[in-house]
Amino acid sequence: MNAAQPDFRDEELLAAVVADLIGDVRHVAVGNASPIPATASLLARARGNGRPYVSLLGSQKHTFWTDGGRELFDCAGQGRIDVFFLSGGEIDGQGNINLVSIGDPEKPTARFPGSFGSSYLYFVVPKVILFRTEHSKRTLVPKVSYISAPGGSDDNIHRTGGPIALITNRCLFSFDPDARRFQLESVHPGHTLAEVIVNTGFEFDRPLDVPVTPAPSVETLRLLRQVVAPELAEVYPQFAARVFGLKAAS
Amino acid sequence: MIARTLDDALAPISDGCVLAVPRESSGVAMAATRALIRRGIKRLTLIALPTSSLQADLLIGAGCVETLETSAVSLGEFGAAPRFTAAVLKGSIKMRDATCPALHAAFQASEKGVPFMPLRGLLGTDVLKNRPDWKVMDNPFGDDDPIVLLPAIRPDVALFHAPMADRDGNVWIGRQRELITMAHASERTIVTVEKLHDGNLLEDKTLAAGTLPGFYVETVAVVENGCWPLPLPEYYAWDVEHLKEYVKLAATDEGFAKYLDQYVYERRAA
Repeated sequence: MNAAQPDFRDEELLAAVVADLIGDVRHVAVGNASPIPATASLLARARGNGRPYVSLLGSQKHTFWTDGGRELFDCAGQGRIDVFFLSGGEIDGQGNINLVSIGDPEKPTARFPGSFGSSYLYFVVPKVILFRTEHSKRTLVPKVSYISAPGGSDDNIHRTGGPIALITNRCLFSFDPDARRFQLESVHPGHTLAEVIVNTGFEFDRPLDVPVTPAPSVETLRLLRQVVAPELAEVYPQFAARVFGLKAAS
Repeated sequence: MIARTLDDALAPISDGCVLAVPRESSGVAMAATRALIRRGIKRLTLIALPTSSLQADLLIGAGCVETLETSAVSLGEFGAAPRFTAAVLKGSIKMRDATCPALHAAFQASEKGVPFMPLRGLLGTDVLKNRPDWKVMDNPFGDDDPIVLLPAIRPDVALFHAPMADRDGNVWIGRQRELITMAHASERTIVTVEKLHDGNLLEDKTLAAGTLPGFYVETVAVVENGCWPLPLPEYYAWDVEHLKEYVKLAATDEGFAKYLDQYVYERRAA
């Protein structure tokens, strides 16, 4: 960070990076417990003057669904959702994610909430962005203990989607679907390559010079704080309060 | 059709029942859940369409659940569901882990009266590997195109909470249409509502499309604030302070027992 840069929070940086990854698409959907992806999606919409459509699970305002919970999945199955977000208790170097448990599934040593829609959406949403704000050897592992959703599939498996990137509190990786490997794209301001290497449990590719993740612009921060934050408070009141100092409007 | 009391309405939910319940954004019958715990219901097969939060955690903690089928149990922003997590680690409930669209599809199979529904995805997952009741076949209309088949889910009872019902047992569910799928798929449907609507919901053309016909409904009980402390979307929000207190208490067996004493057995708010 140089002196001319305004101060920003880690969550604002991550949301800005994810908004760039979303790109120019028609429909972004956000699932459970995803405040940073929700922030990024609403930012993309604020930048795009109402494009993309954002379907925010748990929101009354940012959903157009009228056919129940299945409509999201039916929509995705038809290719009508361009971007989705997934996380994992564990994520491995082949892009497999684990949202269920560690150890024998019958006698696990740790239990996570469950797979949600991942075992399906990972296959049919073209751009799945992985996010995990705890970047450690505990979360980024050589091999997941349980596959909720696989990073890649054999050629005869119907698969129109999969991971394109993984963002953490320390860095951004892109995903190569053919090699089924992550490549380090940039390290966030205040973090180092050495720190990324030490805290990542899987092998990944990297360029000779690893760039620093660009800081969010003044305009991006304005949109986040003035436009996005109040909308976010509907679904993530605690996150909006903590990051943006907002009270829920309900 | 309109039950005299909540307990009367819940009478068809007996020990060993296969009970379907919705996710929290659709209207979870929490007052009814507390009444079932007070009655000491046992050995439920609880099926969440497609996820659950406090409802599953409470029923599991109180020892009411034998088998749980769900895509996830979580308290969302409030964190992991403590009694669910403890029960899985202890092995005291039987888990049938699913994925959201699989549950939606299996309920749809039941509502259509067909034995199964195909679903994309799932191949190569441990979700599929741990579900011997799910099958893989080659798409008969394709060429080397494996696809997963899910058996229809036919619950004994569907239980949820809605904004209103009329005296003919028609229930207004608005946009929460998975409640309609759930009712169609289940043998019986029991609904708690905030209030009774004067007149017939199906005769009001703006309300009819968001109405579950009384034809599918066994009983309705009026329970104001019936989702508390969960939200009834567009009517009331989460009771944030209560959920925070729950998370704190439910972290230990003793704390959870105290929670039950204070908020379930004391008949408070229900």
